Amino acid sequence: MKTPELYFINEAVPDTALPQVKPEPWAATRVVGTAQPRVDGYERMSGTAVYPSDLVLPDMLHAAVLRCPHAHARVRRVDASAAAGMPGVRSVITGDAAAADLRWNYGRNVFTKLFDPHCRFEGEAVAAVAAETPQQAWDALRAISVDYEVLPFVVDERRALDVGAPALHEGGNRVGDVERYERGDVTKGFAAADKVVELEFRTAAEIHTPMELHGCVARWDGPRLTIWESTQGVYPVQQRVAGVLEMPLANVRVIGSYMGGGFGSKLQADKYNIVAAVLARLTARPVKLFLTREETFLCVGNRPPANMRLKAGARKDGTLTALEMTCTGTGGAYPAGGTSLVDWLVRDLYACPNVHTELTDVYINGGPSRPFRAPGHPQGAWALEQTIDALADAIGMDAIELRLKNVPTVSQTREGRPPYTTTGLTRCLTEGAKAFGWRDAKRHPKGDGPVKRGVGAAACLWVAGSGGPPSTVIVKLFADGSANLNMGASDIGTGTKTVMAMVVAEELGVALDKIQIENADTATTEYATASGGSKTVPTESPAVRDAALAVKRQLFDLAADELKVPASELAIDGEDVVSKKDQKVRKKIAELAGFRRRGVLVGVGTRGPNPENKVVNPFAAQFCEVEVDTRTGEVRVLRFLSAHDSGRVMNPLTFESQVIGGVTMGIGLALTEQRVFDRQTGKVVNRNWHDYKIPTAMDVPADITSLPVAPPDDEANTTGTKGLGEPVTIPTAAAVANAVHDAIGIRVTESPISPMRLVALLTEKRAGR
Amino acid sequence: MGHDHDDGKGGCPHGVSRRGFFTAVGAGAIGAATLGRAQAPAAAPAASAGEPTKVTLHVNGRAHTILAEPRWTLLFVLREQLGLTGTKVGCERGECGACTVLLDGVPRYACMTLAFEAVGREITTLEGLMVGEQLGPVQQAFLAEDAYQCGYCTPGQIMAAEGLLRTNAEPSLAQIRTGMSGNLCRCGAYAHIFKAVKRGSELKKAGR
Repeated sequence: MKTPELYFINEAVPDTALPQVKPEPWAATRVVGTAQPRVDGYERMSGTAVYPSDLVLPDMLHAAVLRCPHAHARVRRVDASAAAGMPGVRSVITGDAAAADLRWNYGRNVFTKLFDPHCRFEGEAVAAVAAETPQQAWDALRAISVDYEVLPFVVDERRALDVGAPALHEGGNRVGDVERYERGDVTKGFAAADKVVELEFRTAAEIHTPMELHGCVARWDGPRLTIWESTQGVYPVQQRVAGVLEMPLANVRVIGSYMGGGFGSKLQADKYNIVAAVLARLTARPVKLFLTREETFLCVGNRPPANMRLKAGARKDGTLTALEMTCTGTGGAYPAGGTSLVDWLVRDLYACPNVHTELTDVYINGGPSRPFRAPGHPQGAWALEQTIDALADAIGMDAIELRLKNVPTVSQTREGRPPYTTTGLTRCLTEGAKAFGWRDAKRHPKGDGPVKRGVGAAACLWVAGSGGPPSTVIVKLFADGSANLNMGASDIGTGTKTVMAMVVAEELGVALDKIQIENADTATTEYATASGGSKTVPTESPAVRDAALAVKRQLFDLAADELKVPASELAIDGEDVVSKKDQKVRKKIAELAGFRRRGVLVGVGTRGPNPENKVVNPFAAQFCEVEVDTRTGEVRVLRFLSAHDSGRVMNPLTFESQVIGGVTMGIGLALTEQRVFDRQTGKVVNRNWHDYKIPTAMDVPADITSLPVAPPDDEANTTGTKGLGEPVTIPTAAAVANAVHDAIGIRVTESPISPMRLVALLTEKRAGR
Repeated sequence: MGHDHDDGKGGCPHGVSRRGFFTAVGAGAIGAATLGRAQAPAAAPAASAGEPTKVTLHVNGRAHTILAEPRWTLLFVLREQLGLTGTKVGCERGECGACTVLLDGVPRYACMTLAFEAVGREITTLEGLMVGEQLGPVQQAFLAEDAYQCGYCTPGQIMAAEGLLRTNAEPSLAQIRTGMSGNLCRCGAYAHIFKAVKRGSELKKAGR
């Protein structure tokens, strides 16, 4: 089967020119691997960083979008005449406007109009306004009168295939065929098991809600359009906008040098980009269009809910004999991978000869989902890692021991069962358990009072995280020894710019504060795919290294003449070029006469291919301790430890930030986050941060330990790196659930483990039901 | 850092906390509105919500006189009229704290404060914590501890921390949690934010 390539368009894996040389892995490093504060920290701390939402252009208008208030409706008529004449209003566009007669692709081959009369989810765009101030734009929206034919809806994916359920699309509510995977024979596998457990699980839908709202500023200069966009990838936005507006790529410039979080919801262009461009065209003014917080809960993505049944069998010695999973999920009202990768961990995390999975993706009248930090994986981990714990209980084995019994060395799902470059799972589990004090913690009394303590663990791999082509990067070395780094990649908060500057510093001896970085601008920076899939560091850092080495070769050629030493015998030592054979033969880079005449050395680097017939995946194991108040149903997470095989640690400081961020987000999935639809109306009832609860400073432990366990993965790429940003959050919720079970003996199979749910389960338990 | 326990005292007695926000804004809004009326020129008729009206705001030690609509929030005026975009917009409904500024030294959500309510108050934004071109102590602390990821909530976090440290120079972990609980961070940098507030306290004491 084909490896899922989530973040590429048209399912094509892009290519890139091959690097000129394949360097040896770093034996020792000087900068890489040290804890460095971010190179753009000053800009972010001082407020001088201009995020797209900060942009104020001369003569700029403000736009707002009118959205369908119904879960399912057909627009009969839009009357915008009153709005058009209101103070400050410069343009109103509806579905009838010629300028809005554009096609929008919702995935696969499903096309709609920009303002489509058939609104299949609450929050679908119906009309838009540009005005002198945002307040005037909102006033005008309220003055637009829309005649809706309200249609029957279905918002519960468990009911979407019921007889009589309203169909969203011609042909019903199934998104394609049921996706089936099979290896071995599960019937035989379960027959060979000493114990079999079977459980049903559900994870609620989550909303990304990055801090910076989704939106952009659009400005035309004649035939050329510039969009300042809060995005994880400027190139995908450029491609989409140019496609919809039928413009040359070169005439669509997308800039996103800073952005305030995305988590997968900003990997792609949105309708609002087109709306802003059209309004800017019609008014001949720059237009700023940022969504409201409420809108971001409706129409810019979500993590799909997953309804999973999992059956697992093992022998008494802990050998897994069979795994069987069925899942029903939904990507909302359009094809959006509602069950994408939910079964991947069941298929590939543990060695198991007999596996069967079935995924059913259905339509509901909800906002389309988008990739959300490790698509499918936290949901799958919630089911698999709780089931493994239940299985360990059933055969009377320690849960870590059971996992260690079944560590795979090959990717069992991929064709030809290719080996992993490294399988750090064993080290994550053993070293993590040791550092956490697992054995002692398991023996720790649960407590005699109403507050019980428990510990739990869970493990994962991440299907991607290898990175790969394409990527092109340019490094320029100026004659004074300072450098410029030019790359297309966005820094979505992971520290990409810092890590890449460290690679330049490593190879060229330039101090970090003498490296200027340009990034995420389709007009002036090199091609990069969107920052997602935990692939930015393993994709971009080898390309940066290649570019820096290209500069270094030119530098050594120049220095060879002046130092009378062959280029192959030269090295960089601080600010000097030095002979490897005689340390006294050296010259300051800035004093090389040939270099001063040249002015600047330019190196172009590309990302080479990944190793053939091998799989590069990161692995992780997490451990946590919780307190459960059996009177109130409240769960407090006391501490977390996260052990990772993500290859080389480029910057321990930003590495640790990823870990605490992922754990924090996973605690949200475990304890508080859920999108709730109103049964009567199909509307989302918790479309704000008061009602949709993400973790706050009160809800997370201060004690979160980052434990990298693996050495550099030198087979993977030339910097030995693997992805990190997603494995950090995959097993978190499952680990919390396992700890809750350890504390009170109740397995909470449905997320979130809210006080209300837990109190109900505790009451049932007390009643002996 | 070991397990932390709530000492029950809480932090930031005068600032906003997410959980205590409604009581705080209730009293604060009424107080500020009363103050605003008291200070408005006696001859000025009640302006309609959308009518541009002259207003003077004291921001980071400077007076700015502008024409503002009475319905404009302090957040909107700071960002879109004065160009002080260090103050961020996250929700415009008092949930996230990205827009936190200091009003007379106390953390307030600029999205829940009308510009007119801030008349006569000393408004301090992120830009006001700078010492010339240099980062102030709390900003330095956030940078050093990597207490941010995307950086978008960070100005608000820094202002909340600054406000906390002005009323409580050496907060305990539990007090830091409470003091920072009015500021959401979706990247989940809280564990580093706790460290940064502590380091900020030390840097302030050392006079940096």
